[in-house]
Amino acid sequence: MPTALNEQALARYRNDFLREVEERVDEGGWVKMCMQCGVCAGSCPFGPHWEHSPQKIFMMIRAGKREEVLASDSMWMCTSCYNCVVRCPRKLPITTIMHGLATYAHRLGLAPKRQPTRDFSVIFWENFTRNGRANEIRLMLRLWFRDGFGAGIRKALAMKEVGLGMLRAKRMSPFEIFGGHGVKDVKGFQAMIRKAQEIEDRKRGFSK
Amino acid sequence: MAEMKTAAYVCQGCGLGERLSTQQLAQVAQKEGKMALVREHPFLCSAAGVQAIRDDIEKDGVTHIAIAACSRRAKTEAFHFPAVAMSRANLREGVIWSQPDTEAARETTQEMADDYVRMACAEVKKMKAPAGNPEAARNTRLLVVGGGISGMTAALEASKAGYPVTLVEKTAALGGWAAKLWKRTPAREPFQAPAETGVAAMIEAVRADPNIEVRLSSTIARTSGAPGRFSVAIATESGGAATEDFGAIVQASGFSLYDASKLPELGFGKSPNVVDQAGLERLAREAAAGNAPIRRPSDDGEVKTVVFVQCAGQRDATGEHLPYCSGHCCATSIKQAMYFKDANPAVDTVVLYTDLRVPGNGEDFYRSGQSKGVVFTKGAVSAVEPAGNACSVRFRDLILDEDATIENADLVVLATGQVPNSGVDIEKVAQNEPGEWQPDANSVLNLVYRQGKDLPLLRHGFSDSHFICFPYETRRTGIYAAGPVRRPMDIAQAVEDATGAALKAIQAAENAALGRAAHPRSGDLSFPIVRLDGCTQCKRCTVECPFGAIDEDEKRYPVFNESRCRRCGTCMGACPVRVISFENYSVDTVGAQLKAVDVPDEFSEKPRILVLACENDAYPALDMAGMARRTYSAFVRIIPVRCLGSVNTIWVSDALNSGYDGVMLMGCKHGDDYQCHFVKGSELANYRMSKIDDTLKQMALETERVATYEVAITDIERAPRLIDEYAAKIAEIGMSPLKGFA
Amino acid sequence: MANKDYAFYPGCTSHYRGSASNYLVSVESMCRTLDVKLTQIPDWNCCGASVSYAGSGELARHVINARNFALAEQHLPGRDVVATCAACWLNARESKEQLDASAGLLADTNEALKEAGLRYQGIASVRHMVEVLIEDLGYEELGRHVVKPLEGVKFAGYVGCQTNRPFGIAGESFENPVYLDKLVETVGGQAVADYDQKVTCCGGALAVSEPEKSQAQIKDIVESAYDHGADMIVTPCPLCQANVEIYQADVNQRYGTKFNMPVTYYSQLMTVAYGGSAEEAALDGQIIRATRLEEIAATPGKR
Repeated sequence: MPTALNEQALARYRNDFLREVEERVDEGGWVKMCMQCGVCAGSCPFGPHWEHSPQKIFMMIRAGKREEVLASDSMWMCTSCYNCVVRCPRKLPITTIMHGLATYAHRLGLAPKRQPTRDFSVIFWENFTRNGRANEIRLMLRLWFRDGFGAGIRKALAMKEVGLGMLRAKRMSPFEIFGGHGVKDVKGFQAMIRKAQEIEDRKRGFSK
Repeated sequence: MAEMKTAAYVCQGCGLGERLSTQQLAQVAQKEGKMALVREHPFLCSAAGVQAIRDDIEKDGVTHIAIAACSRRAKTEAFHFPAVAMSRANLREGVIWSQPDTEAARETTQEMADDYVRMACAEVKKMKAPAGNPEAARNTRLLVVGGGISGMTAALEASKAGYPVTLVEKTAALGGWAAKLWKRTPAREPFQAPAETGVAAMIEAVRADPNIEVRLSSTIARTSGAPGRFSVAIATESGGAATEDFGAIVQASGFSLYDASKLPELGFGKSPNVVDQAGLERLAREAAAGNAPIRRPSDDGEVKTVVFVQCAGQRDATGEHLPYCSGHCCATSIKQAMYFKDANPAVDTVVLYTDLRVPGNGEDFYRSGQSKGVVFTKGAVSAVEPAGNACSVRFRDLILDEDATIENADLVVLATGQVPNSGVDIEKVAQNEPGEWQPDANSVLNLVYRQGKDLPLLRHGFSDSHFICFPYETRRTGIYAAGPVRRPMDIAQAVEDATGAALKAIQAAENAALGRAAHPRSGDLSFPIVRLDGCTQCKRCTVECPFGAIDEDEKRYPVFNESRCRRCGTCMGACPVRVISFENYSVDTVGAQLKAVDVPDEFSEKPRILVLACENDAYPALDMAGMARRTYSAFVRIIPVRCLGSVNTIWVSDALNSGYDGVMLMGCKHGDDYQCHFVKGSELANYRMSKIDDTLKQMALETERVATYEVAITDIERAPRLIDEYAAKIAEIGMSPLKGFA
Repeated sequence: MANKDYAFYPGCTSHYRGSASNYLVSVESMCRTLDVKLTQIPDWNCCGASVSYAGSGELARHVINARNFALAEQHLPGRDVVATCAACWLNARESKEQLDASAGLLADTNEALKEAGLRYQGIASVRHMVEVLIEDLGYEELGRHVVKPLEGVKFAGYVGCQTNRPFGIAGESFENPVYLDKLVETVGGQAVADYDQKVTCCGGALAVSEPEKSQAQIKDIVESAYDHGADMIVTPCPLCQANVEIYQADVNQRYGTKFNMPVTYYSQLMTVAYGGSAEEAALDGQIIRATRLEEIAATPGKR
């Protein structure tokens, strides 16, 4: 499925990656407005960790470096601190663009494999769309056990102290594992999301 | 002139009466200053005080007055008596406000005030009330050289102000560079799209203006005279020349584009598809005329990709090309990219820049270019390689830090810079000897001035303008440079610049008519007077005058052109035989002051330090220090000078011979980033003082006894500190051995 | 009749025995004193937080936030939506600003909402609890209820990211917001004036997926609080609170530090200053006990 979508995108946009981003990525229309000052790069708390700064990502998009951009780990390093956004002299919604690039890279199956935040993001989405609210304990369990049962147990043991502390502080409830809190109108909630995705896919040319 | 009758007035206001014995000051004025009439007044600048002075002048025939009150920079409207010679003793800012109000300081404070009264009395007796420039002439017709946007703007603005203009244009048509453009960068909100140039309408307005006379295909063959009486020979292509008179001149001779054929590595000359910005304008105008898109020059093919190369032959560090930024070219490239984008958004336009510079409202225009899809890539272009109908543009991507290439560019536009049409470099091309003058075909103005045929150049070949403080001023009084001949600029800036220059030209013509100086001593009625029978024809004055005001006659005697003079006194400072003076400022007015000071003997422990302070920066800084109650040594006696350039070395040797222990000279910054109001004055003074060491050695004095300082008007804290440090130094080296001999 | 009436959006972590249940309990205590009435939006849903983007594009995220607005408009008309969680507030407000600015986006959103039988009219607006305190009540009113000033306790006001950027509180500077310090001073505490990690990111959701990188951030935040002599950290954000508190043990292990810095909510400070008990202030919800606050809560005081 992702490969087919990627091929469709390649055929549709040929070498115009900037246009592809403008049409398909959340707030992608802003990329051309970057003036390459680099303030975002200097403002990111995870600056030492990513491969490409937002500034570079935007430059690479303009230079048509499609594979490199979509395979970059940079957007997955965004902590949503919005420091770049408030400092950007051109007022680019950089956080949203980075999230949007992550969404798109994941959708096309080009995002880095086993990227921990990518996995967490998928798990989180599935977790809260299941019944309308996030379930913290199920979230943690899914995350620990994403590398298999053994790794999950090891991770759970490593986190035992934190978990016990939370239990003692009455800030965690083991009963949440079984269902837990959620919206009453789960059906309507999920239908609404499906509809939103359908509209967006249609508008962005993922489907007819 | 009638017989001299002197009067001194001692003010008791502003605390002077409390801090000083004004009775003693009055006695000093009377006994030592030998003033015929001496009055004390509790509030001299009040209506009653001023009236008392006026009555003395009008009823008693007083001709020379010394006012012992506040700084000469204060209360100038109250103490305005143009009919008499006037000196001011600065007792307020210069004494009570700069000395501590303590019992211990009372004696030295009074001594300081006594001396300033002595000085003011001595000075005024050497002065005459200036009578005004005898060569004053009124001619309100302006000459504008250059018929581009700048020249036409200057002509139209002058005409609107009621001044007739003769507009001389070298080519056969008005319009200059702007007429070659298809569109211009926008000058109005919302700054989003290229705009009509407006040149046709401007030409129409010039043509229709009865106050403007246009001379096409004409050049300036000869310019002589001075503001108010410029005599200009205007030559036509056919060889004829007519001489006409003007009050002032605006030089708007514009720029030429840097020769792109010096950039073969950027493909210019190798393919018709590589053009400069002017070339692209030509293509755009041709295309618009045919109502068709811009085509590829080599084969008339479709244009799909255009690359703009910024800073082509500009901001060059190698010394081979232009070292500076021309300012307009980034916005021009954005505009040209829009020529394509606005017609067909599918055309790829890439601007390769190292720093995008869009001054003024260009930032909005830049954003508009981005939103229209012009791609901006930060990259340094190394080569443009034409092959067939396409070009490859090789560059270093400065963000991604890698080499990159744009293949298949149909058009490459090189943003080359502005080279000023500033005529000949007078530092390199010597003026003809007197009597042998010939016009130079490369000159714009063909001045017969002693110092050369064109305006002096400042930097990078642009015509002089004192851009630090007064952007429109040049070193040729009554001649104003406007537009890109002065510095690189775009249309909007040229319009503003030319408007300012036109107003300055009008001002110069009117000042000349009244026999008054132009900026910065605007309104000054004094002028240099030379006693030619003592002149040794040494030429120092003609060479050193920062404004080229002094010519030479065939016997090599100086010829002063009073209306060209700015009254700085640099000639007076230069003259080794001291034959140049002003009615109210001369070797004697200053010499008499410094000699009037009471110099205590060497056992008194009271040294005396003479401070010669530039009236433009150092003196106001010291006044302001007084206002801020910053104290400084009571041993200094400060004399304001018009410019350090006017300081004649005789003052320094006189002071030392009179037993002063040190001399401080405080002038403006000199060098490339000078702040001298007279451009060269402080530099010349510094040069002259560098030679004074020999004199000091001959007098068996320490070289530290004369010191030169650069003081800015903002040095309110520093100037008093310099004085105190110098006073400490003098205390260290001891009192002068020359006391008591004078 | 309560002083102020709001449609309350507690968010996923604030429910009973959720990781921010101490925040919820103390907010409820604080609001009782201030006569602020919070009525939960019936059937509210998750805002999408900041790390759900792999699952969907922005339209779905706007839709889930619009659902909460639509429910508030329907059930609690005329009341501002108030969120206590920084991320809930940020996401809801971001969606609202986008939806209010674009008719097309609003139409698409309502087309999706129709599947749940709802419609967002663009009326309801969203506020953070801190905005309610500062803008609707004011520092003076907040100070009026103080019966036990938190004298002698020094707080490092850790504002963090999402109440501060990109929207900010009361128009304050993004680089040095002072509202939290002012709140501390309002209840009689001492605010660290030059807490240089005030707006540093704690790693946010990435504390889970990128623990090493986030804990480097957390270390700086706690270390600076110690350097400035703080007794505890105070914050308005539940994710900040959780990350900075619960990972201190991990940070100690990783860096050999001996951190044991309590991390509290402004609502806990206010509850104690207003004379509330340790239980009402949910001080039993701290993993690192805020003993200075517990002591003040335990002293007899007039209520």
